[in-house]
Amino acid sequence: MTTVTLDDRLGTAWKKPPLISNTTLRWGLFIGAFAYVVLAVGSIDVNWSRVAEGLSRGWAFVTSFFNPDFVSRGGDIWDGILESVIITITSTVVGIAISIPIGLGAARNIAPLPVYLVCRAIVALSRALNEIIVAILLVAIFGFGPLAGFLTLSFATIGFMSKLLAEDIEEMSKVQAEAIRATGSSWLQWINYGVQPQVMPRLIGLSMYRLDINFRESAVLGLVGAGGIGATLNTAFDRYEFDTAAAILLIIIVTVMVLEYLSGIIRAKVQ
Amino acid sequence: MLELKKLTKTYRTGDKALQDVTLTIPKGQVLALIGPSGAGKSTLIRCINRLVEPTSGSVILDGTDVTALSSGGLRKMRRQMGMIFQEYALVERLTVMENVLSGRLGYVGFWRSFLRKYPQSDVDEAFRLLDRVGLLAMADKRADELSGGQRQRVGIARALIQNPRLLLVDEPTASLDPKTSRQIMRLICELCAERDLAAVINIHDVALAQMFVERIVGLKGGQLAFDGKPTEMSDEVLTTIYGEEDWHATIRDVDDEDTDAVEPMQ
Repeated sequence: MTTVTLDDRLGTAWKKPPLISNTTLRWGLFIGAFAYVVLAVGSIDVNWSRVAEGLSRGWAFVTSFFNPDFVSRGGDIWDGILESVIITITSTVVGIAISIPIGLGAARNIAPLPVYLVCRAIVALSRALNEIIVAILLVAIFGFGPLAGFLTLSFATIGFMSKLLAEDIEEMSKVQAEAIRATGSSWLQWINYGVQPQVMPRLIGLSMYRLDINFRESAVLGLVGAGGIGATLNTAFDRYEFDTAAAILLIIIVTVMVLEYLSGIIRAKVQ
Repeated sequence: MLELKKLTKTYRTGDKALQDVTLTIPKGQVLALIGPSGAGKSTLIRCINRLVEPTSGSVILDGTDVTALSSGGLRKMRRQMGMIFQEYALVERLTVMENVLSGRLGYVGFWRSFLRKYPQSDVDEAFRLLDRVGLLAMADKRADELSGGQRQRVGIARALIQNPRLLLVDEPTASLDPKTSRQIMRLICELCAERDLAAVINIHDVALAQMFVERIVGLKGGQLAFDGKPTEMSDEVLTTIYGEEDWHATIRDVDDEDTDAVEPMQ
């Protein structure tokens, strides 16, 4: 290593060192990314006459938002919402209950390696399979209806919650947990006193967030026959009853916003 | 009472944190462990209660070989060793009372601790200790609402409620102002005297150590470099431990004026 003397540096400009120090690689990546975007945009095939035709249908859909019909299918909408709420709450509760032990197991700093690998595998499996795909499979097994929706969302919740909980545990303050271990606590007491208080606010925040996701997902899952408000929405679309569909979408939007607002309040409280 | 025999710790990275440390601490003796950062002071303390597993050598407390204990035996043994940490290490989102009572975890079952239904004797003792460290009024505050000095007092109460035979103290004053540092050191030493506890105190502040303890052990590069009375500390000793420096301002006879050790701070 050569020693740099002050005289060498004085009067020379200073710039932040670039993220990628190899100049060729840096510019190569930059130009490559740009060329890819240009080519990719060019490859999109747009049928403009079809778009023109579709626009009027889209417009009918949009205008119906100014005139949503909550009444003529009111009973169906109410049943659908109720079913969705039940699916949402049950799947969130069951999903979180299962996520907690898996999340503990998936945190490298507290779980032994074999347990860690098993739990990480469960998380990976749950996250790899999209809700819709799981729902199609479960509808095939359990038939149409909310049971398939409930199971799908519970399964999806496990991957989401366990992963984020495990990450939070891995980032906790080690010394607080160490202090509890030094008192001669058992493993469970250590988790309860040393780990749980540190991750609780995040666990509650994530649970609220997942409740909100599960409600939105329950609307989508209905499209593949897994029950809930989505089934009602699907029927409305099939019958070209855009005013009813608009009413359902408005209800979903309002519910999600209310949940979002509530979760914000709760998260602020538990900090 | 506490014997360390040829205690050695080599980390997986190959760092030799401790090399053949042999040390005997009689009952009731308060010992300060000094040395530069990275000399192995924290490792030594953590090897005693096996928060860090020693590579070889043994730790013997009242005739029991701590290094040979199974996990159940180790839990029982840890109850005998109260630990006080640098940066307090309180569980910040728990209340002061929960933090103090957590010192009893080794004595109560899971459900009692989970439901926070500690035996009345433990609760009484927690209140007594909080009163002793001047924080009785703070019992239901959350730990992160307290000032640094107050937090360390809670840390002391947590260690003492274990009813330990030995205190392991890791840099108790590292993030405290000079006055609070003295008060905390005085409190620890007074409590050790009251309860006839032995203590190993890691400390950077040599003058502070000289003021309060009866024996100083210097560690350098994981090996013992000095073992003697505070009055035996000299420029030469400090130079062997830390390296060349002007030590005149570090060693001094500081008068002990402030006597408000248990006064709660705002």
